[in-house]
Formats: sequence, C-alpha cells, structure tokens
Amino acid sequence: MIYKEKGTNSFSDYPSFNYEYCIKMTAGSKSQDGISLDHDDDGETRRDFLFLTAGSFGAVGAGIAVWPLVSSMNPAADTLALSTTEVDLSPIAKGQSITVMWQGKPVFVRHRTEKEVEEARAVNIADLSDKQDDVERVTKDKDEWLIVVGICTHLGCVPVGQKTSESKGDFGGWFCPCHGSHYDTSGRIRKGPAPKNLAVPPYEFLSDTLIKIG
Amino acid sequence: MIRSLLLIAVLVLVPVTGFAGGGETVPPPHHHWHFSGVNGTYDKAALQRGYKVYREVCASCHSMKQLSFRNLTDLGYDDSQVKAIAGEYSVVDGPNEEGKMFERPARPSDAFPSPFENDKAAAYANGGALPPDLSLIIKARHHGPDYIHAILTGYKDAPHDAHLLEGQYWNKYMPGHVIAMAPPLSDGQVAYEDGSPDTLDQYASDVVEFLTWAGDPYMETRKRTGMKAIIFLLVFAGVMYGVKRKIWSDVH
Amino acid sequence: MGSGERIEFDNKVVNWIDERLPLFTLMQKEYGVFPTPRNFNYFWNFGAIAMFMLIAMIVTGIFLAMNYTPHVDMAFDSVERIDRDVNWGWMLRDIHMNGASFFFIAVYVHIFRGMYYGSYKKPRELLWILGVVIFLLMMATAFMGYVLPWGQMSYWGATVITNLFSAIPFVGDSIVTLLWGGFAIDNPTLNRFFALHYLMPFVILAVVFLHVWALHICGSNNPSGIEPKGKQDTLPFHPYYTMKDTFGLLVFLVVFCVFVFYAPDYLGHPDNYKEANSLVTPAHIVPEWYFLPFYAILRAITFDIGIPFTDITIISAKLGGVISMFGSIGLLLILPWLDTHPIRSCRYRPKYKFFLLVFLVVFCMLGYVGSQSADAMFFGLPMTLVGILCTTYYYGFFLVIIPWLNNTEKGRDLPKSIHDAVLQAEREKA
Repeated sequence: MIYKEKGTNSFSDYPSFNYEYCIKMTAGSKSQDGISLDHDDDGETRRDFLFLTAGSFGAVGAGIAVWPLVSSMNPAADTLALSTTEVDLSPIAKGQSITVMWQGKPVFVRHRTEKEVEEARAVNIADLSDKQDDVERVTKDKDEWLIVVGICTHLGCVPVGQKTSESKGDFGGWFCPCHGSHYDTSGRIRKGPAPKNLAVPPYEFLSDTLIKIG
Repeated sequence: MIRSLLLIAVLVLVPVTGFAGGGETVPPPHHHWHFSGVNGTYDKAALQRGYKVYREVCASCHSMKQLSFRNLTDLGYDDSQVKAIAGEYSVVDGPNEEGKMFERPARPSDAFPSPFENDKAAAYANGGALPPDLSLIIKARHHGPDYIHAILTGYKDAPHDAHLLEGQYWNKYMPGHVIAMAPPLSDGQVAYEDGSPDTLDQYASDVVEFLTWAGDPYMETRKRTGMKAIIFLLVFAGVMYGVKRKIWSDVH
Repeated sequence: MGSGERIEFDNKVVNWIDERLPLFTLMQKEYGVFPTPRNFNYFWNFGAIAMFMLIAMIVTGIFLAMNYTPHVDMAFDSVERIDRDVNWGWMLRDIHMNGASFFFIAVYVHIFRGMYYGSYKKPRELLWILGVVIFLLMMATAFMGYVLPWGQMSYWGATVITNLFSAIPFVGDSIVTLLWGGFAIDNPTLNRFFALHYLMPFVILAVVFLHVWALHICGSNNPSGIEPKGKQDTLPFHPYYTMKDTFGLLVFLVVFCVFVFYAPDYLGHPDNYKEANSLVTPAHIVPEWYFLPFYAILRAITFDIGIPFTDITIISAKLGGVISMFGSIGLLLILPWLDTHPIRSCRYRPKYKFFLLVFLVVFCMLGYVGSQSADAMFFGLPMTLVGILCTTYYYGFFLVIIPWLNNTEKGRDLPKSIHDAVLQAEREKA
C-alpha cells in the first residue's frame, strides 16, 4: 500500500502532514513577513531589497491591470463624438419651446416673449433660493433665448411646461410633477423642494439662428 | 521546464491553416508592408492616398459600415479637414418634427454612408454578387494584405479552357479564378497630389494600407502597449527568479 | 469547516476576525504552511496558471459583457464597437479571446502532467474526476463564448456542434430544437448562449474550489510518485511554491502577451470577421484549435456499425462519431480504474512512459487531422484513414495498452523517499 488511512481527513501517516510541524517552522523564524527562514547575515539586506522589489512590481502590475478595466466603463469614443448637438432656432416662434436631446438628456430651448423676459428680470434676486440674475443665464443680446437642461435639480424628473397645454407652474416657467417644484421664466427654482435652478448647458451661437450645445 | 515549453510549442503550433475557398488557390506573393513587424506603423501619406482610391473607386460599390468620418483623424487629417470631408456627403437623419426623414450634410460622428440601401439592393445592382463590406476585409481573409493586393493586381486574360459567364472575370489569385468584380483599378485612374506614381501597383498598395488600418485601427497602440507590458513582465520575472533562487537556496 | 485548531495571530484585528470566522487560519493552513512535496518541477506550475487564467477570463469577461449586445442584428457590430470605440476595449477583447486558448494550453499541460506522474491514482481519483468535470465545463463555456461575436464561424460552428445532439435516437431532433429555441440557430440561441456563457465560469469556479479542497485532503502528488514520508520530504507552500508559481506564471504571461499584442488573430479564424449569414456556409468549418483532436475523433467514424452480413444498422455513422467523441473524454473519467498499476510516476515505468509519449504525439496528430478538410491527403494517405488510425490508438491506449501494462510492466525500483529521490537525482547530475 502506498498510503494508509488514518484519522478523519488525512490519508498519510507521516509526521510532516500534521500542520503543527509546519506552523512551528514558520513561527520560529523571526521575519515579520514569514518569508525568511534562515539567518545568513550578509545576505539579509540584499534579500530584503529583492523581496521589496518583487512586492512593488506585483503592486504596480496589479494597479496597471485594473486601470483599463475601470477606464472601459467611461464613455466610449462614439459616445463622446455625439456629445455636441446643433439646433436650428429659425422655426421656433416667439412664446414657443422645443425639446432637443443632448448627451441623452432633454434640453429646453425657449423663445421667450418680451413679457417673459421682463418678468424674469423684475425678480428681486435676494428672494431667490439659488441667487442668479437672468442676465447670467442667457447670452448677451440674445435675451429672448433661454436654453436649460430639462432635468429637475431635485431628483432628476423632467418638468412639464414645454407644451402650451401643460401647466407652467406658478411662475410661468416649468412645473415638476414629481414633487411639485416650480420654475420661473428664467428656469430658476421659486417654490418646492428642488435646491438649484435648472442648469444652463455650455452652448454657443454659431450664427443668429444656429446654436451648438456642448 | 524545457519539456513543458516544448509541449506549449507543440500545442500552439499545431497548424490551424485550412484554406477557405473552393477550387484552385494560388498563394498570394508576399510583400513587406509598412505596418508589418514588431515596430511596424501605418504610413500616413499612404493611408491618405489609399482613402482617396477608396473614395473615388471602391466606395461606389463597397460599404465600410464600421467606420465613421471622425476616425479619419488617424490618417493625419485635423478636425476641420475631417469636418470638411464629412460635409461633402449627405446622410439621412430624422424623423423630424413632422415625422419625416430628411437629408443633411454628414458630421464627423456619422458613419461612412453605404452605396446601397441594403445588401439585397447591393447584390441586385451587381448581377447577384454582393460586394462585401470592406471594414474588415483584411482580417477576414487569410494573409489579408497580400491577398487583397494580389486580387487587385491579379486580373489576367482568361486561359482558353476557362468558362466565364457574362459579368465574370479571370483573376489569378481568386480561389477558383472566377471573380464577379470587374478590374477596378488601372494606371492613371486616380490622380495623386503628392507626386506618388499613378500606377495600378501603387494604388493597390495604398488601398491595402488603408484597408488594413480600417480593420485594425488600434494596431499602433496595441504594439506600443505590448512592448511595455512584455518588458515589465520580463523584468518582473527576472526579479521573481532572483527571489525564488534566494528562497530555495537553503533547500538544495 | 470551522473545526480544527486555530492559529493565533499577532495582529489584533486579524485575530479578532479569525476568532469569529477562521478565514486567516484557513488561508495559513491551506496556502501558508501547507506541507508540499519538495521535489515539484515546473510542470506543477500549471494548476496555478490555469487558476490565474480563469480569474483573468472572468474579470475581462465581465467588462466585455458591459459593452456587448446579445442580439443577432447587433452582436457583430457591438463587438466591433468594443474593438474600435470602447476605451481599452481592443485589449480586453484580445486578452479574452487569446485567454481562452491559453487557459486551454495551461489545462492541457496540467492534464498531461497528471497522466505522466500518475496523479489520478488512489487516493486522488475524485480529485482527477473533478478536474475532468472542469475540463468539460470549460469546453461548453468556450464553445458558447465563440458563438457570441456572431461571425460566420460562430454561426456555423454552433450549427454543426448543436446538430451533434440530433444523432441521439428518438429524442435527438427535439433536443436540438430545445437547444436552439427555434428551428435554426437564431436570436433565442444567441441570447441563451450569452446567459449561459456568463454563468458557467462561476460554476467552473465552484468546481475548482472542490478540486482544490480534494487536493488538500490527500496532498499533492509529486514527480517521484511516492508519498512524503517525513518532514525532510516537504516544504511549506509559502514561500517556496508561491514564489515559484509566480515566477512560472510570469514567464507564461510573457508568451501570452506576445499573442495578445502582436498576433491577436493568429489563433482565430478569418471567417469570424464576416458577419453570420445563414445562407452561406464557409468552405471549411473548423472549431477553435483546442477542440480539434476531439473534432477529428468525431469525424473519424464515417461508417455505419451494424450486424455483419445483414442490412441492419445499429449505430449510424453520425451517432458513432458522437459516441466516440464523448467516449474519448469519458475514458479520462474512468482512467483511475483502468490504470491500477501500483507505481505512479513515468520515471519508474519506462513502458508506460513510451506509450504515453506516443499518445501525446497521436493526440497532437489528431489536432492536425481535425484542422484539415475531409478530402485532404497526408503523405499519400487519405486524412480520414489517418483519423481512424489515431482514434484507434487513442482508444487502444486506454482500453488495451494500459490494462495490459497493469499486469506486465514490472517497473524500476522506487526510491525509499522523496528525499532519497532528490539526492539520487543530484548524484546523477554530478
């Protein structure tokens, strides 16, 4: 017979197969990493250096290997290529709004009437919870064009008020049906739980009737 | 150790050849390409010439669905040049507010427009033979670059015993020699602007360079990354060999 | 689990956790101080290498799955998008597709090592069987994974392999329809293959756990094939074998990287860069290289088996091929009971060693036969004949040669212990 059955989980009858021997063997060595098993003094520093180098290589290698994995979750090249949207403003009549998609989010483009601009400018800034002047939220000399990201700053619902049939809230802008936030004609939060004004995306006028968002 | 390496070698090198295609096959002559080898890179001038050949000749029948205009920056064009190139094409977008599809100038983010509406239309317009999409043509053929070059330059007069039907041509390197594509390129057909010779051989070489890039656009990054990875692993392995020797020194 | 002595740790946090859940004791016992034969050669690296490859495949696979679309209209393009647009996507895919090959290389070497040194013999039969189960699960996983890019080889490989099941009498066709979820390989098939391809690696991981557990019950075999007899015969697993395995793994990874970064498509087939087309069959369907020997055995049976001198067919050629293919792996399962010779290692069994090395050559030859078209010739011999001859040796090796050697091979004298074997080897070297 090559082996002999004995005990519960060991097939062997030789002393080394009980763990105690090996535990003692490592515990007996003084090194904290449990690697060093002998004590040749002149080799000690060289050995430590070697272990340290190996350890750093392992750590650096693991770090480098993780990077591409994490990076692969970021937007891909084709997604980034779609990160700007051009909008033709010419068909939007005064008082009308359109919704365009930009980076997968709705963007409200509103052609404001003079009255709406006036209302937005007449507000006492000090009374606002997110203090911002309407002038800061539009392009100079393009006061009638308000461009905001159509996502409620509370918890991410899309406010209503784009269509003429929909409620525009108490302040003539937008109303979020989820938790009752009211936005004014500058897209600023006036009433309800939302903490901030509707965000203004980065955009520029390429011509009088063409804007590029993003 | 040596035995295990040998075993790996045997397993890896069990030839996985098996040529596709029916009929007689003539192996394409071997070329040395700019992109061949460990340090091979794409020749940007050749890529641009190859793209010109593709645009002016191949694109009338062959689509390249996997490519977008934005990819052309790899060829050495800057953003405004790419935008200008894209602007020469129009693509179908929509539906608009009225629910209608409309045409607009292409943007860099758009894919290369295909010459035919769908594969059936493409096959119908070409006598039943579907012109394959060229995005991956180099990877989809054994010895891709050499093979495509050989096909483009391999048109010969048919031998007397060959049976060719209407719309068929004789090509030395096509498996079975019968090909449905008319000789696409001839000397002087495309006017190069950089002084390269306007010859069939030059056209074929440039278009192969372009098509190789189209199928393998990340090749240069791949090789560079590989060099770093392998050097890192070799040094690490060297250190580990030292560690292993040290640890085992008191056993032997 | 949970029984047995605990080890005291100096670190208070470690000790606190260990008192409640003895994870650190487990690790220390099984991977720290675990007594391991001192005479392993580099063949013993391949278990750890295979383990590493499994983890690498799971990790890259998870991130690839985040960008893959299992739909017949989009699968091919989504894989191309991974290559072209996803950050580092090309690398993840090249690692994953070549990783499959290198996982199989590691496992084939690991299996051959087991056969060479008799690692399947008592008391390690179950350990061996669990290994064969892992091998079978790997084959299923790799097969389904190869379908996902939805290229021509994906489609037609899947068609051919699933059609194998139609050879089963009476219920074959129903089983194939069930596998497909339709009347041909189509979207439902792709969907379920993706779901299963994602699941199976975790099943493999679970069986690997059992495999390692079984290994740690009886301890490792070693090149001499004799059990350790005392402390002079063993070393603690750490640091001796942790460091040696790491070194071996790094060398293996260098070779792996050469393929990943410089020849990523060398082990693949060009036809898989053509999108699947259910109307056009590629001229020559070949599976991935690691299936080729078994594919050759499948194709070797080209004749019906029936009652002689009558027209009655008992086993059709198709069924015969399927049986012989699955049988060839089944033989591995019963190997521990076919080979009952008391000596384990080839070192002390020259006759077995000779026939085993011939077996290795024949196995590689089968791989070559599998890669060739059916009408090819091999030095004037028809390829089908070469296939039959090699298949005959494959079966003969297990069913005739090994049992014959059980009774006839005397073998060389075994050394008294591993220690003696090592000393003897060193003396011979000097």
